[in-house]
Amino acid sequence: MTMLYDVLIAPFVEFEFMRRALVGMFALSLGSAPVGVFLMLRRMSLMGDAMAHAILPGAAIGFLVAGLDLYAMTIGGIVAGVAVAVAAGLVSRTTQLKEDASFAAFFLVSLALGVLIISLRGSNVDLLHVLFGNVLALDNATLFLLASFASISLVALALLWRPLVLECVDPNFLRSVSRAGTPTHLAFLALVVVNLVAGFHALGTLLAVGMMMVPAAAARFWAQDLTRMTIVAIVVAILSGVVGLLVSYHAGAPSGPAIILVAGIIYVVSLAIGPVGGLKRRLVPGRHLEA
Amino acid sequence: MTAALRFRDLTLGYDRHPAVHHLDGSVAEGALLAVIGPNGAGKTTLLKGIVGMLPPLAGGIELALSRQDIAYLPQIAEIDRSFPIIVYDLVAMGLWRHSGLTGGIGRHERERIGAAIASVGLEGFENRAIGTLSGGQMQRALFARLLLQDAQLILLDEPFISLDTKTVSDLLDLIRRWHGEKRTVIAVLHDLETVRARFPAALLLARQPVAWGETPEVLTPENLLKARRMCEAFDSTAEVCEVHAA
Repeated sequence: MTMLYDVLIAPFVEFEFMRRALVGMFALSLGSAPVGVFLMLRRMSLMGDAMAHAILPGAAIGFLVAGLDLYAMTIGGIVAGVAVAVAAGLVSRTTQLKEDASFAAFFLVSLALGVLIISLRGSNVDLLHVLFGNVLALDNATLFLLASFASISLVALALLWRPLVLECVDPNFLRSVSRAGTPTHLAFLALVVVNLVAGFHALGTLLAVGMMMVPAAAARFWAQDLTRMTIVAIVVAILSGVVGLLVSYHAGAPSGPAIILVAGIIYVVSLAIGPVGGLKRRLVPGRHLEA
Repeated sequence: MTAALRFRDLTLGYDRHPAVHHLDGSVAEGALLAVIGPNGAGKTTLLKGIVGMLPPLAGGIELALSRQDIAYLPQIAEIDRSFPIIVYDLVAMGLWRHSGLTGGIGRHERERIGAAIASVGLEGFENRAIGTLSGGQMQRALFARLLLQDAQLILLDEPFISLDTKTVSDLLDLIRRWHGEKRTVIAVLHDLETVRARFPAALLLARQPVAWGETPEVLTPENLLKARRMCEAFDSTAEVCEVHAA
C-alpha cells in the first residue's frame, strides 16, 4: 500500500512543480483531445501537425521582441496560426487545391523560419524550450492561460457540435439547411490553433499536436459513437499525462516525450485489442453469431 | 394554380460550360415531377441550382418559398459512412430548422424522430452506427430525415439507385404521402417504368429541355431518342453562347 502511495501519489504531494504539471496536463487534455477527435474524423490529422509548425514563426517573433515572455509568444503564435489556418481554409474552399496540399506548403517553411528567428537572438536552451516545451516549469500565468484556453475550447465545441458533426457526415445537407458551414469550419480551425498554442507552452512546438492526435487515434478503437469516442480520447489524454509525469519523475526522463510516449503505448494497445476494428478482432474474430 | 418555382431562361453549369441550358417553365405547387434524361443531362445540376448550391450562369430561379422550406436528398455517395454516428442522430438532423445550433430535443421531438424512424421501417436500428447499414437501410434513414424536415419542396436525386423492389415501393409510398399532403416533389429518376406508374408529370432533360408535361406525352420513343442525341460530349472549345444575348 505504501509502495503504491510512494509510486503514484507521493511525487504530486511532495513537489509543487509536479502538481502544476498535472493541472496543466488536465487542462490540455480537456481542450485538445476533443478537437483532435474532430480533426481525425475529418481526415485532417496531418493538418494538425502542419498547423503546429505554422505557429512557430509567430511565437518566435514574439520571442524576438520580448524574450521568453508568455503573452508575446502566445499572441504571436495565435496570430500566425489563425492567419495560416484562415488562408489555407479559404484557399481550399474556393479553389481546387485540397486542404492537405495547401497546408503542406506552409509546413516546413514555417518550422525553418521559426528556428532561424529564435537562433538569431536566443541560445540553444531557448531553442530546446521552444521545440520541446517544459511541462515541469509551468508558472501561474501559464497555468491560467492553459485553463482559459481549455475552457474556451470546451464552450466553443459545445456550441459548434451540431454543425461540426453535420459538416463531417453530410456537408451537402448542412449547406442545404444552413449557411453555418463555412463559419463553423473557420471557427473550428481557430480552436485548433488555440489548443496548439496551449500545447506549445507545455510540450513545445514539435509535440504540441501529440496530445491532440494520439488520444484521438486511440479512442477510434474503443467507440462507435462520437460522444463516447470524445470521452475516451479525454480519458486517454489525462491518463497519458498522469502516467507520463510519473514515469518522467521516477526514471528521470524528459516529461514531454514521456507523456506522448505513454499516449503512444495506449494507442498501440488500443490498436491491438480495441473492440472497434482492432487487430485482435480482425485476426481472431471468433465464431460467427446466429443472427 | 400557383407556381412553387419558376425557371426563367435558366442556365446552370460549371466553369462557364452549361449543364442546364436555357430552361423556361414553372412547377406548380403540389406537383409530383420526375426529371429524366441521359447521364450528363444536367439533372443533378438542376437540383443543385434550385437548392442554391450552384449560382446560375444566366437567367434565374424564382422560388415561392424560402430556401429553408426545401429538403434536398443528394446522391448517397456523398455521405461519409465511416463517421461514428448512430441512425437516431442521423435522422434527428432533420430537425435542424426547428432546433438549430442549440435548440433542445424534448419529448415532443423525440416522439417525432421515433415516428419518422418507424414510418420508414427502421425500428430497432436506432442505435446502429450508420456504417453498419445496408444501402437500402441507409436510404430509408435518409427518407426518415426528410420526413422530419417537413419541407414544402422536396428534391430527390436518384433516390432508388441499387435498391430492391420492396424498398423502392416503400419509399414510393412515402412520396405518394407527401404528394397527398400537397407538398411539391421533384425527383431525378432513371427507371421509366416507375415514372410512368407513379409520376403524373415529367421533365425530359438533355441539357436543354426536350419535353415537359404530362408523363405519357413526355415519354414517347421520339422524345427519348431526341434526348439521347442531344446529350453530346463536352466541348472544350465551345464558343460563347449567343442565344438571348444583347
